[in-house]
Amino acid sequence: MPHAWRLEVFRRDGLDDPDGNRALAAVRELGISSVRSLRHGRGYLLSPDVDAASIERVARELLCDPVLETYRVIAPSSVPPARAACQRVLVARRAGVMDPVALTVERAIERGKLARRADGSRARVLTFSAWEIAGEISRAELAQVASKILANDVIDEVRIGDEAVHFVLPGNVAVRDAGAIPLRGASDAELERVSKEGHLSLTLVEMRAIRDHYVAAGREPTVAELETLAQTWSEHCKHKTFAGVIDYDGERIENLLKTTIKAATIELAKPWCVSVFHDNAGVIEFEPGWHVCFKVETHNHPSAIDPYGGSGTGVGGVIRDILGVGLGAKPIANTDAFFVGPLDLPEKDLPKGCMHPRRILRGVVAGVRDYGNRMGIPTVNGGVWVDPRYVGNPLVYCGTVGLMPASCASKEVKPGDVIVVAGGRTGRDGIHGATFSSAELHEDSVVVSSSAVQIGNAITEKRVLDALLAARDAGLYRAVTDCGAGGLSSAVGEMGAECGASVQLEKVPLKYPGLSPAEIWISEAQERMVFAVPPEKLDALLAAFAAEDCEATAIGTFTASGKLELSYAGASVGVLDMHFLHEGTPKWLRKATRPVVKNDDPACPPCKDAKASLLALLRSPNIASKEWIVRMYDHEVQAMGVTKPMCGERDDGPGDGAVLQPLPHSRKGIALGCGANPSYGLLDPWAMASAAIDEALRNAVAVGGDPERTAILDNFSWANCARPEQLGKLVEASRACYATAKAFGTPFISGKDSLNNEFRVGDEVIAIPPTLFVSALAIVPDVARAVTMDLKTAGNPVYLVGMTHAEFGGSHYFAQAKVEGGRVPRPDLVLAPRTLKALHRAIAAGTVRACHDLSEGGLAVAAAESAFAGERGLELDLAQVRCGTLAAHHDADATRLFSESCTRFLVEVDAARAAEFEGALAGLDCTRIGRVTDERRLVVRGAAGKVVIDAGLDELRAAHQGGFQG
Amino acid sequence: MTTHAIVLRTAGTNCEHETQLALQRGGASAELLHLHRLVAEPARLDSAAILVLPGGFSYGDDIAAGRVLGHELRTFLGEQLTRFVSRGGFVLGVCNGFQALVDTGLLEGADADGRPKGGEKRSIALSANESGHYECRWVTLRNEPSKCAWLEPGMLWPVPVAHGEGRLVFKDAATLARLKNNGQVALRYVTASGGEARYPELPNGSTDAIAGLCDSTGRVLGLMPHPERNLSPWNHPRWTRMGPREAGEGLEFYRRLVEAAGSAAK
Repeated sequence: MPHAWRLEVFRRDGLDDPDGNRALAAVRELGISSVRSLRHGRGYLLSPDVDAASIERVARELLCDPVLETYRVIAPSSVPPARAACQRVLVARRAGVMDPVALTVERAIERGKLARRADGSRARVLTFSAWEIAGEISRAELAQVASKILANDVIDEVRIGDEAVHFVLPGNVAVRDAGAIPLRGASDAELERVSKEGHLSLTLVEMRAIRDHYVAAGREPTVAELETLAQTWSEHCKHKTFAGVIDYDGERIENLLKTTIKAATIELAKPWCVSVFHDNAGVIEFEPGWHVCFKVETHNHPSAIDPYGGSGTGVGGVIRDILGVGLGAKPIANTDAFFVGPLDLPEKDLPKGCMHPRRILRGVVAGVRDYGNRMGIPTVNGGVWVDPRYVGNPLVYCGTVGLMPASCASKEVKPGDVIVVAGGRTGRDGIHGATFSSAELHEDSVVVSSSAVQIGNAITEKRVLDALLAARDAGLYRAVTDCGAGGLSSAVGEMGAECGASVQLEKVPLKYPGLSPAEIWISEAQERMVFAVPPEKLDALLAAFAAEDCEATAIGTFTASGKLELSYAGASVGVLDMHFLHEGTPKWLRKATRPVVKNDDPACPPCKDAKASLLALLRSPNIASKEWIVRMYDHEVQAMGVTKPMCGERDDGPGDGAVLQPLPHSRKGIALGCGANPSYGLLDPWAMASAAIDEALRNAVAVGGDPERTAILDNFSWANCARPEQLGKLVEASRACYATAKAFGTPFISGKDSLNNEFRVGDEVIAIPPTLFVSALAIVPDVARAVTMDLKTAGNPVYLVGMTHAEFGGSHYFAQAKVEGGRVPRPDLVLAPRTLKALHRAIAAGTVRACHDLSEGGLAVAAAESAFAGERGLELDLAQVRCGTLAAHHDADATRLFSESCTRFLVEVDAARAAEFEGALAGLDCTRIGRVTDERRLVVRGAAGKVVIDAGLDELRAAHQGGFQG
Repeated sequence: MTTHAIVLRTAGTNCEHETQLALQRGGASAELLHLHRLVAEPARLDSAAILVLPGGFSYGDDIAAGRVLGHELRTFLGEQLTRFVSRGGFVLGVCNGFQALVDTGLLEGADADGRPKGGEKRSIALSANESGHYECRWVTLRNEPSKCAWLEPGMLWPVPVAHGEGRLVFKDAATLARLKNNGQVALRYVTASGGEARYPELPNGSTDAIAGLCDSTGRVLGLMPHPERNLSPWNHPRWTRMGPREAGEGLEFYRRLVEAAGSAAK
């Protein structure tokens, strides 16, 4: 039994138990019917040498709600009295895993002087969950419930029918890495062994470069040095695939990133781009005196292993990017997008070592919810995409938008500045996150990689945010960056790259003793920022953080030595040349082969029942309502929201983009949009990338964003690019990015890549589809002219903007009809930019009452959504829909209804201003195809004049809400 | 003299800026003050007519929403808060601030020793939503005839909610009856036309559809929804379906609060 006081708090009899109910529903979903009831108790363990009266006080005054709950106290080392007719499962975080509640309780007990240990020191607290399960449930079923619902083995310790929950702290491991690693005489095989056993993820070429460097230096590397090199040179930090040399079927590409994505930005040379690609986020001008910045990150591998912690720390990480851009920006919006396996996958088809996609989706949503909501940042935009190839390697994209005074856009480190680390303490968690994310996942990842998984503590980060902005506005530091992948090694290494740095590792505050210097140096413990502080401002900075209850500690100095010098308690543990650290990475040379794009044109089959096809599409996972997710995110905090994620009379229409009004004194706004389409990526990576940009821009323009003041972000998630065919797809997608961004005049301002997204089970590799996620940030000239997608007024004319082609490759209609191949939609790079500009002019002039972009499912889906959201009827005449290329083998109605051609919008126009609207779109594809009615029906006439769809709004709404709802 | 308001913040508070803006637009001067500062200098309350506990996730809402903040208010500022109210000060708790306010006992009145019935003596609780999860959506409120005289009775107004623990639960039927008879039920969730609300118009399953409670003086008010998130003409989710608007309905709420506190202070 634990040598600790144990307190268990349960809901009172007769009151519902929401945690228990949720778990019970999940048990039923698993097909286990033997569980009759299930209830949840919050458990707390407290130091055994606290007196009994104090424990009672803690329970009554702090832990137990007198109206809702009852509690019981179990003395140290004793067994709790049995509960009648139930089995107990105890779940506790593994030793060393972040336990935010325990930290809060400890602090509250201490501040309120509720309890002390016998020696007067602070009482220690750990938490656990006690689940009490009634019913004729077998031991095997109980184990299944525990591992699939109540706990995650990676972070939790589970006890079934065993009350001995642990009360230990990690640590007490002797400092291990004083010695040097003999590399100078190492053979290739030995170099590879050192890289593999040390989880360094360095290639042989890189290991050789390191060996040669130390041969020249005449000594061996220390552990801390080798680890620093591995972190800094990791694919995650260095983007070696994009920055390396690619042999593309004989064509030599020097630095794919520079020659495509960055080239577009440089050639566009937009004067409103303030800071692109070199800082933690891209920065653009907003209003006089104000800039906005945007960054999107992936957090794929951690989310595969622990969805809740993985997505939560993904959110936490990208927020720190915004806090660490320039002198720091205030986060004003979050975005998130998830790519998961089929939500209805039978348990038996789940590959070994994978979590069910439903559990992954619920977990990542909960992680974003709990971190984003606690940070007080509205989550306003995102999406969910489903494909079987994400089953073992889901994708999680987290983005944050920031607002900063224009004076805070740049930073500078000066020799003599004090290095200060602030925020969370450092522990053994998250070691090798950067190198882990650069390797592939496999069925044993859960076991070997668990130290790379973490739980976040949002309130620590909120304290950092509050203190950082106060210190920024008081001018107390000269530079800041976040501790992300690689921990202090990357943060200090980057900040000191141009000068030098000296760090005394024993000064870094630790969660528990026993970390080696190298572990302190590379730990990726969450919620930390690093500052460069002029010595004369150090006291004021430390006071500013203390005022917010946020720990901040001086750990070293920036120097002019050009070296990174590490010491622990007076002894050197490593000295690295900054130049070698940052410039010594050997360039990768990789082969790429041009992907085969069939570009075939199979017949578009007629739909026997267009209405049934439409209803099935509305129910399909990529199109169906995501309202259950939207509602769990606080999208209203900060009170800047102008258009909401859900629109219309009943707040149930999926909005295209989010419009925010960041400054209360200005009517200028920003619009956020996003685009991705993995099923296009499988057929034609070039078209996929171009279409993803088009979609992100459509989203932003549809709600009122100005396409001539729009910046975009690229986030690539790819399969293993060591394979030439995968790298070839990356080359094509990057080239599409260049061509498309140039055509639209929308510069990339930031991006990120995650290039090893595969799951290996046995001999089989499941590679994800090429997935480019594009985010757009557009300026909205006047938020009062923002537009939503719900139809407004009966009698208004409805237009289709943009040309329809028979483009069905990767479309939902072909997937439904089980037709393979086809031409993948791609924007017309001459007409599309003109169309967006003209439509924006019409919106900004106030002629447009509703606008919805056409994406998955084409015109039919957009029309249905606009109609039910607006609680208005809609009549459409397909004969009016103009088709560009319509060969005889494509069904005329199906093409008009379901093609997914790019750059198209369904637009309701104020009847009195129809001529003005038509004038704005003159010379472009813009056709009046119907009108708004007050019939509460969607009625579509086919090209031959016959009614092909006649559906009530309630039917359409029910189908849209008929998918997975959490 | 301008009516002064203090917006109290601590780790995890996250609605302080829009709350400050609401008070300022409502006619008050408003300062953000950290709990630590107020504990160190409780006399700062003397200059204020209004104390607002804004929304957020104080201390992560660990243990339960608002619990640790409530405990700290009871422990460090209990007497000062009681005095502040008895000398005519107004206290507003919004969302997380309401959750903490309930824990302080200020809404329930004093016990025999003259101390608020907070903490373990409480009869009122805010429980997890009936839906079992956090929820963000717009609802309609109706001002009820209550001791909170500055809320115009019968008025319907839209406002967003965003919380996971907003269901009012009472220890017994007598508690609810007492609150009703005392005129302490200040706000209810209703349908857009003023009818009886069910989920989702009643977003949390709150007993008797109660959204806000006041104390027996009418000067202490707590509510789950966020009026400060409905200040601009463009906050409403359906503003594109409405005619031109001057302001969001939440602004009127804060205007009236500032006015009432200002005239009480004179």
